[in-house]
Amino acid sequence: MNFGMGVYGIYIWPAYGVSALALIGATVWTVAAWRRAKARLNALERK
Amino acid sequence: MYLGFTAPPDYQQGRTVLIMFIHVPAATVAMSIYGVIAVCSLLSLVWRHPLSDTAARAAAPFGALFTVLGLITGSLWGKPMWGTYWVWDGRLTSFLLLLFVYLGYMALWNAIEDETRAARAAAILALVGAVNIPIIHFSVEWWSTLHQGESIVSGSTAPVFLAPLLIMMLGYTLLFATLWMIRIRTAILERRARNLMQAGGG
Repeated sequence: MNFGMGVYGIYIWPAYGVSALALIGATVWTVAAWRRAKARLNALERK
Repeated sequence: MYLGFTAPPDYQQGRTVLIMFIHVPAATVAMSIYGVIAVCSLLSLVWRHPLSDTAARAAAPFGALFTVLGLITGSLWGKPMWGTYWVWDGRLTSFLLLLFVYLGYMALWNAIEDETRAARAAAILALVGAVNIPIIHFSVEWWSTLHQGESIVSGSTAPVFLAPLLIMMLGYTLLFATLWMIRIRTAILERRARNLMQAGGG
């Protein structure tokens, strides 16, 4: 693997950083919302 | 990712070709998601299937996210290659319009309280907005633009770049499909919880 980006590093790393943050964030948000909805439904069904 | 980072520098783009491995998949998936929403909306309007509304609505935030990623990574590639982050040409402008359509679609869903009416209005908006998809695709042929033309289907991409590009596109598509399914499931659970609360007088 070649991580040497030369002068282009200031464009390449932010592009990968933003993409990684956004995709990880979307995954965390989606799974958290699903868990919340599941817990809420379980609580309502127990009542 | 591994194939991308071991690929040699492009003779014109140098190492910025690495941005292509995240920009092209983001832009392609963003447009594909809109296609999914348009098909679901058509199914909703014609057959009134409630799951198609849920599926369309669930896909929209991911479509907007991939559109934003396409715009950001594209402008980060544009600065070193074109000398500018942004230019108002056909491809970039129509792609920015896609983001506004996504935002409008999501806003419309939230603006109308009655879910049946909201679904119908959003479905009509989605179908009208679908006109933009072929405009984005053919913009590089119809107008003089800084954005390069299609190079994957035409076979002008070197295999050493094509392999990581296609694998990343597959990865982005699978990620979207997984998150979309979870989001649909979440929406169904939320609906069941709402129905239970209404049935219980809460």
